[in-house]
Amino acid sequence: MSMMKIPETVPDDIIEDLFVPELVRESRSEEASTPSSSPWKDAFRRLRASKGVVLSAILILIMASIAIVGPAMSKYSYDEQNLAHSNLPPKIPGLQWLGFDGKDRQDTDVYQQRNVDTAYWFGTDEFGRDLWTRVWKGMQISLFIALIAALLDLFIGVLYGGLSAYYGGRVDSAMERIIEILMGIPSLIVIVLFAIILEPGILSITLAMIITGWVGMARIVRGQILKLKVQEFVLAARTLGVSNSRIIWKHLLPNAMGPIVVNVMFDLPTAIFFEAFLSFIGLGLQAPLASLGVLINDGFKQMRMFPYKLVIPAVMISLILICFNLLADGLRDALDPKTKK
Amino acid sequence: MIRFLLKRFGIMVTTLFIIATATFFLMKLLPGTPYSNPDKLSEQQIAMMNQKYGLDQPVPIQYARYMGNLIQGDLGVSLHYKGRPVSQIILERIGPSALIGFQALIFGSFIGLALGIISALKPNTLFDYGSVTLAVLGMSIPSFVLASLLQYYIGVKLKWLPPGLWESYTSSLLPSLALSVIVIATVARFIRGEMLEVLGQEYIMTARAKGVTEWGVVMRHVLRNSLIPVVTMMGPLAVGIITGTLVVEKIFSVPGLGEQFILSIMSKDYSVIMGVTLFYSALFILTVFVVDVLYGILDPRIRETEGGRT
Repeated sequence: MSMMKIPETVPDDIIEDLFVPELVRESRSEEASTPSSSPWKDAFRRLRASKGVVLSAILILIMASIAIVGPAMSKYSYDEQNLAHSNLPPKIPGLQWLGFDGKDRQDTDVYQQRNVDTAYWFGTDEFGRDLWTRVWKGMQISLFIALIAALLDLFIGVLYGGLSAYYGGRVDSAMERIIEILMGIPSLIVIVLFAIILEPGILSITLAMIITGWVGMARIVRGQILKLKVQEFVLAARTLGVSNSRIIWKHLLPNAMGPIVVNVMFDLPTAIFFEAFLSFIGLGLQAPLASLGVLINDGFKQMRMFPYKLVIPAVMISLILICFNLLADGLRDALDPKTKK
Repeated sequence: MIRFLLKRFGIMVTTLFIIATATFFLMKLLPGTPYSNPDKLSEQQIAMMNQKYGLDQPVPIQYARYMGNLIQGDLGVSLHYKGRPVSQIILERIGPSALIGFQALIFGSFIGLALGIISALKPNTLFDYGSVTLAVLGMSIPSFVLASLLQYYIGVKLKWLPPGLWESYTSSLLPSLALSVIVIATVARFIRGEMLEVLGQEYIMTARAKGVTEWGVVMRHVLRNSLIPVVTMMGPLAVGIITGTLVVEKIFSVPGLGEQFILSIMSKDYSVIMGVTLFYSALFILTVFVVDVLYGILDPRIRETEGGRT
């Protein structure tokens, strides 16, 4: 609680000398003090002011870029087996002090012992597959699944929520009943059931996730549109004879964009998590395909002997999830100045 | 209030019914047979087995029979464990899951409340930044990553706690700790936000202005009003804990319901999968129902507007 501070020295008399008159320029008195700024510009400015958000955005960009070019940086493909080079610990020339020294738990240099010349940056798995390639390939798949899931959620959610709220009345109450029921079903259960039935693969995992994933988006869009459609500018547009679809696309949705964008941002880490979760309990992708969940599952089985197989993908998935969550949090705060943390 | 209760109850029953129906038909779509060695069985044997489990009947009749039994609390028999009732399997397995779940919930809420309250009272201090960071980490890092790292570092390397199996009470500590992280993070974050909002309200300024001590302001005005919305966290927390038990039990080899669920998925034990799915859904839906009713009682504004947050 800030209280008005009382100045320590109070002049006895208020005399005119205490004041300096402000120079008044007639020509400037009508000008607005700051240039007008759109809400999106404002939001972007607030977003940039937060160090955590900027750092997360940069890290996500770096990780996404390596995920695209990384697999090509090593001369091995993600499913190429080489049994002579199995279970090699990570070794990066120049980064030995960070633990990437090619030594196993007994501190013997496995590379020297087995006469391996090439340095595997993240080591190799039990079939001699290069983990650097596999980790980044896995990151690629995780990001891809997240992106597809988020976009499909966006599409279905906006369509459903928009129609429900815009047409209102009976349509809305019928559609709202469906949502209420779907909200009550734990999404994990549905995802697991669908993952059992569909053949494991990128497509089926994505499908399983969007079966319940769009509900959150639909609710948010519905809430926003319900709030917006009774406002004067919509009435004005309707009076001018603007068509329904134009009102939805040009007047209602742009105004509801903030919460929609925030929700999409939160969808991304959720999708990455569910993919990894399914792969970890054995319902996701199958080897030799590599997703971060598959790698963590493989690494977990051998963590006592070869901890690097668990630690590297575990750090990667944690890092990308933390960054996405921070970015989404920052975005929410930036777009809605009222909900300051 | 009665209308509100009835409406909530209606939604709960409908949801359960739809889940049961959906689960039944989804299971019918499953590829493969439920028998462990279909190649070695003759067609006659399969026919006999199908007859024994009622799988030779048309699907609508199977469905009607299933629903009829369900209402009486009979979840059918396991196809994998030589005809043991599913409800018995669930009862046997629920103990360890409930133990680690409740330990995680209690420990997590306690620590989460403490962290959240202190950081809301001392915002923008080192402690606040620390607890906010912890909350972000706890929300972001997947439970199975955290659990496997805890098992490796605390269980295997430092040997402070048993890294797995279910031998004595201490075996439950590491799984509970792994599960509690999500609870700590969720509760700390939520209570911090709520308290900061309440602290900015005008009645807090009024209380201070009329000379209530800082302790009195916090205990009687801030905490009381911030703790009520915490009730709504129980739904998401229940989901977090159930999701957590699936993987955490697998990692620490806890003989709980989550581990059984994963085992049943692997062995295509339809009836157990259906039973456990229904059990988890019922648990979740019941939690949401209780939370809604409780919140309606605690905050009269909610039941007047019919609905509120689910």
